[in-house]
Amino acid sequence: MTQTAPRSFQEIILRLQSYWAGQGCAVLQPYDMEVGAGTFHPATTLRALGSRPWAAAYVQPSRRPTDGRYGENPNRLQHYYQYQVLIKPSPPNLQDLYLGSLAAIGIDAHLHDIRFVEDDWESPTLGAWGLGWEVWCDGMEVSQFTYFQQVGGHDCHPVSGELTYGLERLAMYVLGIDHVMDMPFNDPQSPIPLSYGDIFRQTEQEYSRWNFDQADTDMLLKHFEDAEAECERILAAAPEDKAGRRIVMAHPAYDQCIKASHLFNLLDARGVISVTERQAYIGRVRALAKKCADAFVTTEAGGVAA
Amino acid sequence: MPDLLIELFSEEIPARMQAKAREDLKKLVTDGLVEAGLTYRAAQAFSTPRRLTLAIEALTAESRPVREERKGPATTAPEAAVQGFLRATGLRLDQLEVRDAGKGQAYFAVVEKPGRKAAAIVAEALETTIRTFPWPKSMRWGAGTLRWVRPLHSILCILTDDHGAEVVPLDIDGIVSGNTTRGHRFLAPAAFAVTGFDDYAARLKRAHVILSPDDRADHIWHDATTMAFAAGLEVVEDKGLLAEVAGLVEWPVVLMGRIGEDFLGLPPEVLQTSMREHQKFFSCRNPKTGRIEGFVTVANTETADHGATILKGNQKVLSARLSDAKFFWENDLRTVKAVGMEGMAAGLAHVTFHNKLGSQADRIARIEALAREIAPLVGAKPDLAAEAARVAKADLQSAMVGEFPELQGTMGVYYARAAGLPEAVATACKAHYQPLGPSDDVPTDPVSVAVALADKIDTLTGFWAIDEKPTGSKDPFALRRAALGVIRLVLGNGVRWPMTRQLRLRVISHMGQIVGRDGSAIARQLRDRLADMGYDDLGQEAYERMRKDALISDDPRRQEVVLSEMDRKSSDLLAFFHDRLKVHLRDEGIRHDVIDASLAMPGNDDLTLLVRRAEALAAFLKTDDGENLLQGFKRANNILTQAEAKDGVEYSFGADPKFAEAEAERTLFAALDTAEAAIAPAMKAEDFAAAMSAMAALRAPIDAFFEAVQVNTDNAVVRRNRLNLLSRIRQICLSVADLTRLEG
Repeated sequence: MTQTAPRSFQEIILRLQSYWAGQGCAVLQPYDMEVGAGTFHPATTLRALGSRPWAAAYVQPSRRPTDGRYGENPNRLQHYYQYQVLIKPSPPNLQDLYLGSLAAIGIDAHLHDIRFVEDDWESPTLGAWGLGWEVWCDGMEVSQFTYFQQVGGHDCHPVSGELTYGLERLAMYVLGIDHVMDMPFNDPQSPIPLSYGDIFRQTEQEYSRWNFDQADTDMLLKHFEDAEAECERILAAAPEDKAGRRIVMAHPAYDQCIKASHLFNLLDARGVISVTERQAYIGRVRALAKKCADAFVTTEAGGVAA
Repeated sequence: MPDLLIELFSEEIPARMQAKAREDLKKLVTDGLVEAGLTYRAAQAFSTPRRLTLAIEALTAESRPVREERKGPATTAPEAAVQGFLRATGLRLDQLEVRDAGKGQAYFAVVEKPGRKAAAIVAEALETTIRTFPWPKSMRWGAGTLRWVRPLHSILCILTDDHGAEVVPLDIDGIVSGNTTRGHRFLAPAAFAVTGFDDYAARLKRAHVILSPDDRADHIWHDATTMAFAAGLEVVEDKGLLAEVAGLVEWPVVLMGRIGEDFLGLPPEVLQTSMREHQKFFSCRNPKTGRIEGFVTVANTETADHGATILKGNQKVLSARLSDAKFFWENDLRTVKAVGMEGMAAGLAHVTFHNKLGSQADRIARIEALAREIAPLVGAKPDLAAEAARVAKADLQSAMVGEFPELQGTMGVYYARAAGLPEAVATACKAHYQPLGPSDDVPTDPVSVAVALADKIDTLTGFWAIDEKPTGSKDPFALRRAALGVIRLVLGNGVRWPMTRQLRLRVISHMGQIVGRDGSAIARQLRDRLADMGYDDLGQEAYERMRKDALISDDPRRQEVVLSEMDRKSSDLLAFFHDRLKVHLRDEGIRHDVIDASLAMPGNDDLTLLVRRAEALAAFLKTDDGENLLQGFKRANNILTQAEAKDGVEYSFGADPKFAEAEAERTLFAALDTAEAAIAPAMKAEDFAAAMSAMAALRAPIDAFFEAVQVNTDNAVVRRNRLNLLSRIRQICLSVADLTRLEG
């Protein structure tokens, strides 16, 4: 059933939350670290591994320093939101569930042209890939739809179905907005109506300047190396703690992998990474992601019987 | 005889994979059926984004029973042999037949295999097909292990005859076959049953699915051209896009829109590329202005507002895309006007071309040096060729090419003009990539030819220097295409260019860049050695490079290695050119042995000369004189070769006419003198046709000679003289082409 048109950015988010909650997903909160995409949330990366069933949905603030445009570009931001759904095993009606979510935010499939166009997904930094589509609504990409085949170098058994909605772009389309900064964040009828620009224009400027011109690259590089070393140290630690309990620290290690990945993105935005070095850095982050995945699959959440 | 209908219904199949999937489905299933003993009249495969369908007409209802007879041992054979036969056939002794086998009685095993029902065979063939389907990429889904291009939802498989339709029972990992399918995802999602192919296609159409991709393409093209015509525009033909779009929709609905006024000033290639790559739109041209002014998009659904919402959405996305393109275009124009093409190219110093071959800027510097050297050979001004080489790849740094890599070269032409560069330089920005394939045009403007040759030679010598040659089907750097490009550039423009010297120079210069940067030392010695080898003008550039690079170390043995590597690599590259040339000339109808006969001659690194010789020889061999002369030559050569082998000497002393006994012998002497006198200057003038016609004049005297004279006579002096005479025939003929390599 197609709903009435939403009136604000947050209403779209709320409707997605309530729709996916209604489909039985655990509605999680954003991960409290800087990530480039919702996929980095351990609720996706790690939980796609192993045999345990899983169903989660959440908003994830995402940062892509190179995409900063000082708040001037109508479509590009260095900080934006993704909506992420991960269900394992992927249910046979996942496409229908997805189309239901579009209806929930006011996209009527009988008025629009909704298409599944081939787009295979690959994350070189996570050692992950899957097959699926980008979903088009009237020629605009509104979501990524992926059946994960491999994560962290491990084959996915069972396969997870992943949905990623670029919230700003989707909301701008639904709300008929041309410039992201003009988008109503809360209800325009509220006593204090706030636009996306009221909330984010200044931060986009500040971060764009820092990302491009100011971030201390020596420090970032050192942090990168620290995160890499800490990740490896955590994973190299004996699996038993001092009381003899078996506690593999997959998540703390993975936090360091996330940190390294974001630091790499910042270094990239500062333009200090050459084309050749780029591949090497991506390879280093991927090596960490693989080790974290290796560790996770030896844990209970990773499918090992307690 | 029943008809078979199969439909594999799945989530959206990538458009680019559908054509091959149709063929694979047809081949795998029909092969399976035929192998199991069924026959059929016709088979046809179809696809939509959500289904692969195969319709087979008039399949035999069951396979024929097969009677197999196997002869065993004689009845008198030892017990062990009989037991062995029983084990091999799985029969008991009393089941064997005993018959006369010509040489007494023998055992025979007769196995009757009854015919099998078509349904059982179809089920087997289809299951095997599904489990082994050659998708370019396939996936698992849910908790299962079955692989398909995207999740497979249902299998329709029915055999239909006069009595009605029967489902072929099949269960593949829980997907149970049936007689139902579904229509359009949004317009007719309910399942329905079908009784046969005609019923299936008709019901699908009512359910808003056009089954045949060709029908969908026709429909799209028809509506698009009609709509464009009504708007005073014409659709720019694009067969690849049409096939792709037909694979993206089950129910095509064509919508047309106009491009906003703001964007009409963009180059047409930019509009077309942006619309095709990002939006899968067709471009519509105004025949009066030649500009791209409209677009056609194909929706997959009908709506109550006749597509108004869909068109508005598409228009909005297009505007956002074109705003980006316009931003790139204006930005790039500002850049070239402010800092010129060379300023735009500055960033290429930081772009790696290949980690062993340096940056794009390094590469451009090499191409510039080479273009300068090649320029005089092709009638271009060296300075102009050098300038073109410097800027030809500048657009790789433009924002537009960053967004649309396929516009490389095309944008360069626009930007070079905007920067006020000479037209020949602008043209080279695009033309230096050409020819891009066997059917692409070969540039003819001298500046473009010089840069195009330099670009390709640099690439080829570079990858040869680092031993990254194409192998089998692997040619990631498109080196075969580059070599064919060089061949077509040289031949198409009649360029006279012995390549060996440049190939060696470029290979060694690349090796210099590769070896490293920590060496020092005796470059001068190596330069002298190269001078001794005839490379005295090797060039300051290579010399300097070798001096500062590790190529030249203090170890003299290293020099030997470097020189022999240079020789090996450059000869190998020349052989690669020859291989590509053979393929090219074979396509032009010149026999491989004719090419071999020409290749064996000196100067084979000058491709134009080589081909002229091959063409003249091919034409010569088509004449009677040519064919007969060849026979005469072969006869002379055979006798001579045998005699030389037998006597252990080479008969190459001048034959003396005073020992001639027969008239035919004297005539041949005279004819050889005449021919020699004509051939030598003709060869010097590279007039192969004249040389060969002089050679043709030898035919009659040679024939007459063999008719009248026996070479191997008892008189040793006369024999030796005649063999020396044959040697002259061989020498003269071989000075034109290596006729020993010709067949027949």
